[in-house]
Amino acid sequence: MANFIVTRILQSAAVMFFVALICFCLFRYVGDPIVNMVGQETTIEDMEALRQSLGLDKPVLVQFAHFIAGALQGEFGISYRLQRPVSELIAERLPATLELVFVSAIIALTLGISGGLLTGIKRNAWYSRLVLALSLVGVSLPTFVVGILLIYLFAVTLNWLPSFGRGQVVDIGWWSTGLLTVSGWKAIILPAVTLALYQTTLILRIVRAEMLEVRRTDFIKFAWARGLAPRSVYFNHALRNTLIPVITVTGLQIGSLIAFSIITETVFQWPGMGSLFIHAVQFADVPVMAAYLVLVALFFVLINLIVDLLYFAVDPRLRMSAGH
Amino acid sequence: MLMKPETEVGSHRHLLTSVRRVLDSDVAHSFFASPATVLAALVTLLFVFMAVFAPVLTSYTPFNPSTLDLMDSFIPPVWDANGDPSHLLGTDDQGRDVLAAIMYGTRISLIVGLCSVLLSLLIGVPLGIVSGYFGGWIDSVVMRIADIQLTIPPILIALMIDGVTRTVLAGNLHETAAIPVLILSIGIASWPQYARVVRSGTLVERNKDYIAAAHMAQSPPYRIMIGHILPNVIGPTLVIATIGVAVAIIIEATLSFLGVGVPPTSPSLGTLIRIGNDYVFSGEWWISLFPCLALVMLVLAVNLIGDWLRDTFNPKLR
Repeated sequence: MANFIVTRILQSAAVMFFVALICFCLFRYVGDPIVNMVGQETTIEDMEALRQSLGLDKPVLVQFAHFIAGALQGEFGISYRLQRPVSELIAERLPATLELVFVSAIIALTLGISGGLLTGIKRNAWYSRLVLALSLVGVSLPTFVVGILLIYLFAVTLNWLPSFGRGQVVDIGWWSTGLLTVSGWKAIILPAVTLALYQTTLILRIVRAEMLEVRRTDFIKFAWARGLAPRSVYFNHALRNTLIPVITVTGLQIGSLIAFSIITETVFQWPGMGSLFIHAVQFADVPVMAAYLVLVALFFVLINLIVDLLYFAVDPRLRMSAGH
Repeated sequence: MLMKPETEVGSHRHLLTSVRRVLDSDVAHSFFASPATVLAALVTLLFVFMAVFAPVLTSYTPFNPSTLDLMDSFIPPVWDANGDPSHLLGTDDQGRDVLAAIMYGTRISLIVGLCSVLLSLLIGVPLGIVSGYFGGWIDSVVMRIADIQLTIPPILIALMIDGVTRTVLAGNLHETAAIPVLILSIGIASWPQYARVVRSGTLVERNKDYIAAAHMAQSPPYRIMIGHILPNVIGPTLVIATIGVAVAIIIEATLSFLGVGVPPTSPSLGTLIRIGNDYVFSGEWWISLFPCLALVMLVLAVNLIGDWLRDTFNPKLR
């Protein structure tokens, strides 16, 4: 097991190094960073001075080492557009995105797994068919369309929930949270539901498919033959054996929540990293783009690592074979 | 060599009989037995028709600013009391006819969707066949890259490629190049799934007798791959490509909605929704909602066809 974990960590490090390399090339070779940083009336001497003070006149390898060292400390330079350190901007925006993703993940997991179990167990009931049909519609609805429809219904027509922003936030140290105020909770409902919908449908479908698959196996038939209670058969025997693919898909889906949060944040003007990134793309603000890329890659790598470790927790066979 | 003319005649005959067989096959029967699929096919055809014949179907030229009249702006749909029969679905903030804009927008959405899937196929299919056929280090390199790419949602990759190209193409260039750049980004973002399917198909075909026969006939590898393996593995790939078109249309619409896709000068459905989104709050819901509806109907129809194709041609699910 230790061997497996070390290999995985090395692989993750390799992926991160690769991403950092891309970001560095982006930063170094897409346009001249100095020209992007200074105003129009800066003299050539001043630009040279800045170039030297930033170490951009050194050999490329040294620059890359600097970039990595900076990235490890969370330093990605100064935003071209906002003229502020990228680390500061990210730190401001990070809590909003993470809270949104957290709430959506809870929604997607709860609804997805329970819906999948329901439709998997009662596969021919009318409500199972209804849920399945709705899930196809859910996959076909682009996230931003869902957002617009929800805004139109709940914010414009019914006027129940706010359509933009985070509501009132409370600062705890550097972390500003909207989860401690009523207006914060009201503000997070629409974006979180929007973000969770697509993920919910995918998780629901995979749980259902796995349940249908596992129900045909001999050990489930044997469990029925032993006269066990349905609850015990479904939850202790069937559900446990569906967990591996479910964890894989769920892990990947939580990763993509981060990506889809870009869209949700734009629709709901949520002040998170996604909207920061989309503005960076629109204005070719390379340092912010690079920092976002590295952070998202880190997030993905961490999730994949956790998913791999979870396999050991749910599958005793893996523990056995790794122990020998 | 003497055999050749005969086999050619045989293949023609084979084609004819297979056409007849298709019309009278289980597939055709299962198509007409599924009303949802028939409806989806009709809706898709309607959209394609609308997109192709947009200039014939409507006299409005919504993206020629000189023909627009600001006096016509914000006309509600025709069933509203303030509606105007000459604008069935109303007009937007600049007096553009919403229905005409949707027709032209569908055109761009379909072009981007189809071309980017084509590009994904052009990248994914050769890579899949080559890595499946040769195996070894080529296989591990290609599949490792595909694995890494598959863990990241295509929409994020497309956004990255789009962002980088925008940065490289300075000034107005990225506005004129917006559509090719989009096709490129979406195409590159979605090749791994095709490569995977083709590779697993190739791994199965590679060990069959007819390939061994081709080897013995001294066929060069490229010929075996193109002439023998490709026709046998392309079927399932085209089935997922159908769903791929729906996904590509969604990605395009999303990027355009975010403001990094097709520019407002020749908008796709996503751009139209973005334009209309500003007016949802002030009550002009039709500017955004009709393009939304068109997009959802189109994507849902293509998805239904894709689902039906997958269920019909995948014997495992039957």
